[in-house]
Amino acid sequence: MSEPTNDQKPDLVESPEEAASSGTLAARLSLSHRAGGVVVPVLTVVLAFLLGGLVVLATGHNPLLAYRDIFDGAGLNWIFHPTTNVQSSIAAYNLTQTLLQATTLIFTGLAVAFAFRCGMFNIGGEGQYLVGLVVANWIGVSFSGMSTLPHVLFAIIAATLAGAAWAGIAGVLKATTGAHEVISTIMLNWIAIYTATWLFGAGGPLQTTAAGQSTNPVSNDIAHSAELPVIWGSKGFQGLDIGFFIAIAALVVFWALINRTTLGYEVRAVGFNPDAAAYGGINVKKNVIRAMAISGAFAGLGGAVDMLGYLYHYGALDVQNSAAGGVGFIGIAVALLGRNTAVGVFFGSLLFGGLIYGTTQGLSSNVIQPELASNLTLIIEGLVVLFIGADLLILYVWNSRKRLRPQRRAQAPAKAAA
Amino acid sequence: MRGIRKEFPGVVANDDVSFDVRRGEVHALLGENGAGKSTLMNILYGLSSPDAGEIRLRGKPVSFGSASDAIDAGVGMVHQHFMLIPVMTVAENVVLGTEPVKDGVLLDEAAAEKKVADMAKTFKFAVEPAALVQDIGVGQQQRVEIMKALYRNAEILILDEPTAVLTPQEASDLFEILRRLQREGISIVFISHKLNEVLEIADRITVLRRGKTIETVPRQGATEESLARAMVGREVLLRVEKPPAEQGDVLLSVEDLHVRDDRGIEKVRGLSFQVHAGEILGIAGVDGNGQTELIEALTGLRRAESGRIEVGGLELHHASARHTLDAGLGHIPEDRQRRGLVLEFSIAENIALHDYSQPPDSKYGWLFPGRLVERATGLIQEFDVRGGGPYTRAGALSGGNQQKLVAAREIARDPKALIAAQPTRGLDVGAIEYLHRRLVTERDEGRAILLVSLELEEIFSLSDRILVIYEGEIVGEHTGAVSEEQIGFEMVGVKREVPA
Repeated sequence: MSEPTNDQKPDLVESPEEAASSGTLAARLSLSHRAGGVVVPVLTVVLAFLLGGLVVLATGHNPLLAYRDIFDGAGLNWIFHPTTNVQSSIAAYNLTQTLLQATTLIFTGLAVAFAFRCGMFNIGGEGQYLVGLVVANWIGVSFSGMSTLPHVLFAIIAATLAGAAWAGIAGVLKATTGAHEVISTIMLNWIAIYTATWLFGAGGPLQTTAAGQSTNPVSNDIAHSAELPVIWGSKGFQGLDIGFFIAIAALVVFWALINRTTLGYEVRAVGFNPDAAAYGGINVKKNVIRAMAISGAFAGLGGAVDMLGYLYHYGALDVQNSAAGGVGFIGIAVALLGRNTAVGVFFGSLLFGGLIYGTTQGLSSNVIQPELASNLTLIIEGLVVLFIGADLLILYVWNSRKRLRPQRRAQAPAKAAA
Repeated sequence: MRGIRKEFPGVVANDDVSFDVRRGEVHALLGENGAGKSTLMNILYGLSSPDAGEIRLRGKPVSFGSASDAIDAGVGMVHQHFMLIPVMTVAENVVLGTEPVKDGVLLDEAAAEKKVADMAKTFKFAVEPAALVQDIGVGQQQRVEIMKALYRNAEILILDEPTAVLTPQEASDLFEILRRLQREGISIVFISHKLNEVLEIADRITVLRRGKTIETVPRQGATEESLARAMVGREVLLRVEKPPAEQGDVLLSVEDLHVRDDRGIEKVRGLSFQVHAGEILGIAGVDGNGQTELIEALTGLRRAESGRIEVGGLELHHASARHTLDAGLGHIPEDRQRRGLVLEFSIAENIALHDYSQPPDSKYGWLFPGRLVERATGLIQEFDVRGGGPYTRAGALSGGNQQKLVAAREIARDPKALIAAQPTRGLDVGAIEYLHRRLVTERDEGRAILLVSLELEEIFSLSDRILVIYEGEIVGEHTGAVSEEQIGFEMVGVKREVPA
């Protein structure tokens, strides 16, 4: 048979035709993943930053200065050891805040990525995160008599299970009635948001017992026994807690689950080709439910880590703010940019964590208007999602770079024949 | 086209290929999957550019930067997968891109329909211009594709495996059309790997193998054997050598099986049969007469309404796919890309599709990728799967190698009974030969083999016993000599004895 013995196949095999015809979402994503490797994500980010820079330029400001300030605002200048102690401590503080933000995004990014690997689109990261947050707050406040380790574990495990159960509802609906997970997770988001608003709101069961909170109702602070240890910075100023390392551990767990367990094998088989999975003896419905639950567990764990790590309490207004484009949704961008892999989610989280915090903190008004600054994050985030969706276009641009050098290729045959 | 060379990373797809077409000629381009036929035609059609070599059209050198250059120069192509817009009419599809307009901007629907109707009449296409493409059959859609090319004044028409999607009747209609086009002076390039149809339609035949031109021969004097040899590069046994069967115990038994399809229609109606060890039982029938539902019920992928299924004496009552696998039933599914393989998985992962949850592949839910690779490496060698190693994505393999991979997995589980559904569909002669020989070998090993195929030839050359299925019932059983004609009648529900 005249098949190439090399693993590399001609470009033509990866024709758009194949891309369009091959079944599931996960299969299509994997196709573009192989075709693009690390090129597409990197190029995507570069392009997004370039276009974002044009927007800054259009407002009459210098994009390079703006990006430098975002860089500094995210605390990344800490790496270069700023000269004065004041600068250094500000940079260090900024970096801890970036890492806190990234921690959350790792969890919500993993939630989206895990469901993707099973061929599903979990848009409910927001709701699952919120459920985890509420449960962790409730346990953190209520069981104040417990000693530290059991209290923390209790809160984390309960919140994780709550997130799993919340997403599991969408899984069960899909497996039993065929209800699409995009619709059901969005609806579950709103149920979670309004329930949390009521719980934390004026007169709600979780509203603080302290006086004078009626205009902006918040919950009680969790007991000290439920707090996660802060390792960098001080507790009073929202220092970095060990939640960041829990997130790193979650990345490792994600990787191992997907690549080194029979559960992950089943998830991937169902994600790529449910027909072949069923033929292989895999219970597809069971996997749909289980993958959604695990996906929700990651988000729920994220809520618990944030609550026990630095939030300590939550308010009805916070719920409303997060509902308008919060961490659950940025998690989608993180997972897409990270190609649904553990390593990719890690870098995606750092990028978006840095952007979010950098644009809110670092920019002085002579570099860019503050109101434009935070929108710059949204612009870049939107462009990233747009370009990731248009990865075939990005690949085309990338490949035509090679096409510009036909002479070199014409000379290649002689070498190959030798 | 002369001295065409095209390289892709790691593979030379065309190496010094020369090819010419004369006016009013049907020139067949024959070769196994991956021999470079499509690459060559994509170059001619302007979809990719050659690294070396030249294309001359009517004596003048040309260079096509895109498909539209080629179309302008009078080259048309009908792809294997049609490029039609289902919600538009035949006429709209045909004129798409070069629509007749009225009042400067509006599509002149009437003019378009008239033009297309005229064309259909000239070439006797029997296509209704006002019909929506989604409402017409595959054979007609193909004609729409041909009309699209003709509408753009194509003088050279490239057909990429045009009969792959057609029924035998539609294929012979297509050949009629091609002969009419030929008389009008249109040249046709006919890409195929089916020997019989090439011999039927082509004036000259060019054989490609591993990206090189092997030979160009006139139809006169060419035989299936000589072409097969040129394609594969060695002698090919088109008939399987098969020692007489030595039957053993009943390993697969079906009794009064009733199965409904997704719409609730009873597709299998009271089927009963037995397959013995060391026997190949062939089930012949026209597509859609309950074969798919029968296989799905046997393999636990569909719940049977009623009836009894036994594998190796073990009754499978509403068993899951997992249970039938464990009972010793192997299954080469009819659609290897949709069912048989996870194309995105590596070869090693595909080999593990049934056994990933058991040692040695895994223990306590922990997967050992190294062991998967180890097992796959052995099977790749034993079953001669070419085109990659254990880490290669299954989707990157050619059809023949994908099917070998499926066969390797199923046979390696040492099944008592093996169901082979359309085991050689879409494969080239080399792969067909291999799989046929393998099935006979496995029969001789003492497995019970149930062969379900739409290809009568395959049924005839492999089966020890033939059942004919029609509307979910067995309408004929044959062991000894029987004519293809007799079975052909039974397949369409005519219970007529052909006079011997």
